[in-house]
Amino acid sequence: MRSIVLQHMIDNKDHYIEQWRVSFDQLLFSRSESTIKPQYIQDEMKDEFVSVIFDTLTMDRHSRRAVVKRFVERLIHDGWIVSEFIMSLQKLRRIVMKDLSKHYDKDKFVDLSSELEDWLDEQITDLTTEFAKNHEEVKAIQKVALKELSAPLIPVFDKIVVMPLIGTIDTKRASQIMENLLEGIIEHRAQVVLIDITGVPLVDTMVAHHIIRASEAVRLVGAECLLVGIRPEIAQTIVNLGIDLGNFTTKSTLKKGVETALQMTHRDIITNEEPVTGGGLK
Amino acid sequence: MSNHSCIEIANEWGIVSARQAGRELSKDIGFGSVDQARITTAISELARNIYLYTEIGKIDLEEISDNHRNGKARGIKVVASDKGPGIENLRDVMVDGFTTSGGLGAGLPGVKRLMDEFDIESIPGEGTTITTIKWLR
Repeated sequence: MRSIVLQHMIDNKDHYIEQWRVSFDQLLFSRSESTIKPQYIQDEMKDEFVSVIFDTLTMDRHSRRAVVKRFVERLIHDGWIVSEFIMSLQKLRRIVMKDLSKHYDKDKFVDLSSELEDWLDEQITDLTTEFAKNHEEVKAIQKVALKELSAPLIPVFDKIVVMPLIGTIDTKRASQIMENLLEGIIEHRAQVVLIDITGVPLVDTMVAHHIIRASEAVRLVGAECLLVGIRPEIAQTIVNLGIDLGNFTTKSTLKKGVETALQMTHRDIITNEEPVTGGGLK
Repeated sequence: MSNHSCIEIANEWGIVSARQAGRELSKDIGFGSVDQARITTAISELARNIYLYTEIGKIDLEEISDNHRNGKARGIKVVASDKGPGIENLRDVMVDGFTTSGGLGAGLPGVKRLMDEFDIESIPGEGTTITTIKWLR
C-alpha cells in the first residue's frame, strides 16, 4: 500500500518537479575540487537529481537504493558534495508541506506530514549512507595505494639499492621503511643502501631517530647506509637540534651518493674516450 | 592580532596539521626557507611531545610585533600547552640526551636552539605550557 503523500506527489508530479526545480535554482551545487562550476553542468546535475527522486517514488525501497547507489557513485566520481542535495530535499519538504496544509484539515495534515517526514528521512539516510560508504571504500583503496608507495626500494646497480622517501614520516611509515629496507637488502643481496630524503619536508628528532635506528639494523645485516639528499635548511635544523649523524656517510645529492656507493663496492664510472674519426666532425 | 590559529593535538595527524599551519604562517610573515624549516621543526617537536606524553593539548600560532625593539620587529609566537602530567624536573629535560621515551632526547633543548625565545612553565599533575618566539630579522 503506497502512502497517501507519495500518491499525492506522483499524481502531481509535474507540478512538484517544476516548483522544486525553481526553488533550488538559486542553490549552488558545489564540487570539492573547484569553486567555479559552469551553469550547464549545475543544471544537468539538478535535473538528474530531480528525476532520480521522482522516478524512484514508485519503486520499493530495495530497487530505489540501487538507483541511489548508482547516482551517488557518479557524484563521488565527479567530486560533488552531498550537503546541497540534502538542502534541496529540505526545500522539497517545504513545498509539499505547504500544499498539504491547503488541501487537508489539521488532523489529517499531522498524519500526512509525518508520512512525508518518514519518506524524506529515508531519502536522506540512503543518500548519506551511500556517500559515506563510497568514501570509506575510496579511502581504503587509497590507503593500500599509499602503503605501496610509502617505502619503495629500487635496485639501481649490483649490490646497490635506493630508497627514495617523499613526504611526511609517521610512526607507521617508519616501521614500514625499516621492514622494506631489511627485506630488500636480503632479497637484492645489497651491500650499500642509499636513503634519499630530498622529498622529506622536515627532519625532526623523531625522523632522525628512525633513520638512525634503520641504519643500525642495516649494519647488522651486513650492509651500509648512505644518507643522501640533505637540503641546506634541513642540514641547519639537524645541527640546531644537536642530532649526531657522525656515524653516517651523508651526501648532498643522490648522484654523489651513487658515485660513493660504486666506490664502496670497488667500481668506478668511466667515460669512454671519443672514437677517433677521420676528422669528419668539426 | 591579525593572524592567529590554534591546532588541537590528539593524534599523529595533529602534528602534521600543526606544522603545516606553522609553515604557512611563517611564510606569510616573511621568514626565509631556513627559518621556516627551523620554526616548523620546533613546532613538530613541541607537538610530538604533546602527542607522546599527554592525552590532548594544543598548539597556538600567532603573528606578533614588538615596537620596543629597534624599529618594528615582527615574529611568530608558538605556544604549546597541555593538561598532561607535567614535568617533574625542568632542568633535566633541557639537557641534551635526556629522554624518557627512548628517543634521542634532543627535542626541548633543540627547540630552544631553533627559536629565539623559549619559556617553559610546568606544574606536575596539572600540565605544561611552552612559549617560544622567533623574530624576523
